[in-house]
Amino acid sequence: MAIKPEEFNFAKHDQFNNAMIPGKFARALRTCKIWQFIRFIVLNIKMLIVVSKSH
Amino acid sequence: MARLLVLGGGVAGHTAATFAADWLGRDHEVVVVTPNAKWNWIPSNIWVGVGQMSKEEVTFDLDPVYKKAGITYKQAKAVSLNPEGSGSSDKPYVTVEYTGQGKAGNSEEVTYDYLINATGPKLNFGATPGLGEGSQLGEHTVSVCTADHAQHAADELTKVLDKMRKGERQKILIGTGHGMCTCQGAAFEYIFNVEHEIRKAGLRDMADIKWISNESFMGDFGMGGLHMKVGGYVVSSRIFTESLFAERGVNYITGAHVNKVEKGKVSYELLDGSMGEETFDFSMLIPPFAGVGLKAYNKAGEDITDTVFAPNGFMKVDANYTPKPYEEWKASDWPLTYQNPTYKNIFAAGIAFAPPHLISKPAKSPNGTVINPTPPRTGMPSGIIGKAVAHSVCDLIKNGEGAPLHEASMAHMGAACVASAGKGWLDGTAAAMTVYPVVQDFEKYPGTGRDTDYTFGEIGLAGHWIKHILHYLFIYKAKLKPFWKIIPE
Ligand SMILES: Cc1cc2nc3c(=O)[nH]c(=O)nc-3n(C[C@H](O)[C@H](O)[C@H](O)COP(=O)(O)OP(=O)(O)OC[C@H]3O[C@@H](n4cnc5c(N)ncnc54)[C@H](O)[C@@H]3O)c2cc1C
Repeated sequence: MAIKPEEFNFAKHDQFNNAMIPGKFARALRTCKIWQFIRFIVLNIKMLIVVSKSH
Repeated sequence: MARLLVLGGGVAGHTAATFAADWLGRDHEVVVVTPNAKWNWIPSNIWVGVGQMSKEEVTFDLDPVYKKAGITYKQAKAVSLNPEGSGSSDKPYVTVEYTGQGKAGNSEEVTYDYLINATGPKLNFGATPGLGEGSQLGEHTVSVCTADHAQHAADELTKVLDKMRKGERQKILIGTGHGMCTCQGAAFEYIFNVEHEIRKAGLRDMADIKWISNESFMGDFGMGGLHMKVGGYVVSSRIFTESLFAERGVNYITGAHVNKVEKGKVSYELLDGSMGEETFDFSMLIPPFAGVGLKAYNKAGEDITDTVFAPNGFMKVDANYTPKPYEEWKASDWPLTYQNPTYKNIFAAGIAFAPPHLISKPAKSPNGTVINPTPPRTGMPSGIIGKAVAHSVCDLIKNGEGAPLHEASMAHMGAACVASAGKGWLDGTAAAMTVYPVVQDFEKYPGTGRDTDYTFGEIGLAGHWIKHILHYLFIYKAKLKPFWKIIPE
């Protein structure tokens, strides 16, 4: 069976074998424009809250 | 008419000087002494270092901005302080040496009523033999700490990419160049930007990329790591950092004190006392930071540098510097007002103030070598401290010496930080993080030392958009364009 790309690195090194590596869906979300636009708004709000608590 | 003298036109000094000039108006004078003709948005040097931005895009001329703000600008570096004046006058002054404005090499004594020291770090390449930014200071490794360094790093990286194209496998080593470095975040950004560029060029199979760091664990970042809420769990930054390195196929060495750099090779000692070597074709190692080496003299001309500055060259402020074990460290050890305890008209802001102790857990190898990150003072805290200190000085000038001082403890403030992991409007990513507070407060937040409702991190394209927009926003603000004051630090 062909190895899934996200599982490829596990075998490369012990350091990687013990880590969590994102799968196809999690990786796709990272650059999915619609999802990231929503995250952009959420992150800005979260950051502004921390900024306002710090001034 | 009072004179405020600001040493250093970086993040903290520029923020302090521009706000002070605005608040004081033309009734008082603000003088900035800084050695560079240009202001540099340092975070974007990472993109200069991978050839994705030019030096010109991350810098601008200071002179017209200071003219517009009514600030007296001296392109010079401070050499020494005489906080009690000289034999002939009680007026305190700073001796500066010009680096430009047609007066390079000339000295001048600049008197002041209030002084803000915001001279940032000395990039202490000399601490590790062979470590450098590739030109005058050491020929073996590159740096991204200044725009010039970053430009040089990009040129060297291009040569490495060319070799890969010709079929030569290349070893890349990025991280910290000494056991007591800070600024791991910058090295973290650089390694993933380099990896991103190599992948974009279709050459990922030709590169072995390795991280070397003085952090005792991945994701420490000089802040003892951070815990955030993800998917219903409270998770250490270690898990996410190791995850990113595994995903991108980047090996790592932690707890390393790089003690020597030679052509294509670093030697290091690990926290367990063992020694190792690592070869490379291209390496960017961050140098340790120290104070810029200002001297101080009393009225009689005696050296009082030890009174004004800590042994690492950073300025003493209202922190609790009593040495004590890690278990007894308190959030209240951290300074509130950044006022020098001996000379009340002197303040320090940004990297220039001496922290009371580390934020990360201290660590030593069995051979006695100290291997632990020193505390980061990133852009947001540096800017907030610069503004608070300027506020205090303006109140002292306007309302008299009894005016209450403004506070900006790093144990009460948070920091937002966006770490780039590759540039691109459509395929870039960055880790957007906030920590609250920067310095852990285990009395208030037993467990993680921070408020997990306001401490979070997430990687994605949105983070890159924020990072790229912040690049334009902070340069816009630093140029004092309309509404600059409403843009937060
Ligand atoms: C590559 C890199 C990337 C970074 N990325 C980020 C990031 O993404 N986010 C973030 O929050 N922080 C980041 N930082 C950290 C951030 O740049 C610093 O926190 C910030 O610049 C500190 O501000 P400062 O004013 O204390 O020092 P600086 O900004 O370094 O300013 C010090 C100023 O003092 C001047 N000076 C030096 N010596 C003298 C002297 N003798 N007399 C007078 N002036 C003097 C210097 O020329 C300089 O202008 C990064 C740092 C680096 C190196």
